Amino acid sequence: MTKDDCKKLVIDIISDIAPDEDLTAIKPEIKLRDQLQLDSMDFLDIVMELRKRHGIEVPEADYSHLASLESCAEYLTPKFATKA
Amino acid sequence: MKDSHYDVAIIGAGMSGLAAGIRLAHFGQKVCIFERHNAPGGLNSFYSLGGRKYDVGLHAMTNYVAPGVKGTPLGKLLRQLRIEREEFALCPQKQSQVSFGPRGEATLKFTNDFAVLEAEVAAKFPTQADGWRKLVGLVKTYDDVSLDAQPLSARAVVGRHITDPLLTDMIFCPVMYYGSAQERDMEFGQFVIMFKALYLEGFARPLDGVRVIIRVLLDKFRAAGGERRMKCGVQQIIEEQGKAARLVLDDGTEITAGHVISSIGYPETMKLCAPAHTAEADANTGALSFIETISVFNRQPSEWGWGDDTIIFFNDSARFDYARAKEQVDIRSGVICLPNNFDFAGAQLPEGLFRVTCLANYDLWAHLPEEQYQADKKRWFEAAVHSARRFLPAVDDAVLAQAQLTTDMFTPRTIRKFTGHLNGAIYGAPHKIRNGRTHLSNLYLCGTDQGFLGIVGAMLSGISMANYHVLQPKG
Repeated sequence: MTKDDCKKLVIDIISDIAPDEDLTAIKPEIKLRDQLQLDSMDFLDIVMELRKRHGIEVPEADYSHLASLESCAEYLTPKFATKA
Repeated sequence: MKDSHYDVAIIGAGMSGLAAGIRLAHFGQKVCIFERHNAPGGLNSFYSLGGRKYDVGLHAMTNYVAPGVKGTPLGKLLRQLRIEREEFALCPQKQSQVSFGPRGEATLKFTNDFAVLEAEVAAKFPTQADGWRKLVGLVKTYDDVSLDAQPLSARAVVGRHITDPLLTDMIFCPVMYYGSAQERDMEFGQFVIMFKALYLEGFARPLDGVRVIIRVLLDKFRAAGGERRMKCGVQQIIEEQGKAARLVLDDGTEITAGHVISSIGYPETMKLCAPAHTAEADANTGALSFIETISVFNRQPSEWGWGDDTIIFFNDSARFDYARAKEQVDIRSGVICLPNNFDFAGAQLPEGLFRVTCLANYDLWAHLPEEQYQADKKRWFEAAVHSARRFLPAVDDAVLAQAQLTTDMFTPRTIRKFTGHLNGAIYGAPHKIRNGRTHLSNLYLCGTDQGFLGIVGAMLSGISMANYHVLQPKG
């Protein structure tokens, strides 16, 4: 899996959690919170959907890695690789 | 053979129990909702009578915001339950008002646009404008969903900003009628929740009423893999080593669950526990109950000039007295709902509906012999309707009588029977348990007695408790 594939999976999750957000113009390096209206409940859902859909665990201490699309890809791509 | 162990057992298929169930089932928990009645919805259910469909109690769904407005409870709820806004098919109110004085001499109009209320306050209470602004500012920034906030008196906090007793009472009247379980005052966090829900956000309903919302919840729960057992209440929660070890169902069978979430109310839950916690239950049982009349007409209310207001909160006493009624019903104040006056985008309810809600006294209704009960119902129906009509354009008694197709009415006794709430206390216990914790480590409360009010609040309560106690990885 490439980082771009990983970003796409994260966007898929966000589009299901927050269908009322426009995800077409997300800037990967900018914090998701600064471009979208996402609160802590929504971030919890991203973590839980990662577990549910892809079997990936994100411990609470690592939540900060989910801040931007870029940091998500950085952090999650190796996890997907280990799984595959 | 039905399963007898669940990850989570939920007691009650009302708004909060269903919402908790959806969250938990969606994330793979094996969850079952146990409901004593055959109909889901709890305090906001529906029924059929004489070929007509009625909603129980619900006047309007509060917390309405227009599509595109983000960061409010409605948006959070839709996201958390993966519901699309269109599924609720919400139609906004036209306008509502608070109407005080023997004939509605003092009024405050409000709509789903907060600017309307602000202009009303500025025009009618010019000396209070500064205090009003400060109060609104405080409400907007207050963390009303904090699960561990210290309780504050809303009367005391509001009193620091609003000094005119009439304006104070007019602000409190709708806020209390739509959610306060406490007499004369309420906890400030609860006041903020209701102030936002009613004034800063607003009212709406689906054309077909609350059943639309309940159906969406049931469908989501089923699709997520949740199990539901109807006509199957929980009669006992058996305690062992500080935990809810087993649940005894109404049919005598037992089940076990890793977590138990009870939506049936604090004192009601404490009394289910074995050993029972009766003293705690008695110390936190609500005293406020209500009656509601429903009149069905073969005319649209607009024909009588009743076509503007969706909800009217009325009061004729010198000070608004939100307290347990001294007689069977206190008709000095109440709430009128005209469900035809939502903006149904061209559609309309087939018949005219007129509902009146007033405070009532459970004890004076609970033990009446049947004949007396029926006679008192009839008498108070007339009295409540008569009192409420003072706040609407005058219509001849004979005209109304001729247009009236049927009526129905609930009393505190009806509430007790169908919701199980002790004392017929719709809004439950006066002291809310914000974090939902109980004396048992795996038993939590959600719904009315957790304290997020209104039906959006109830659903958010179920969501929050499911997240906080079951889903959220412990850090």
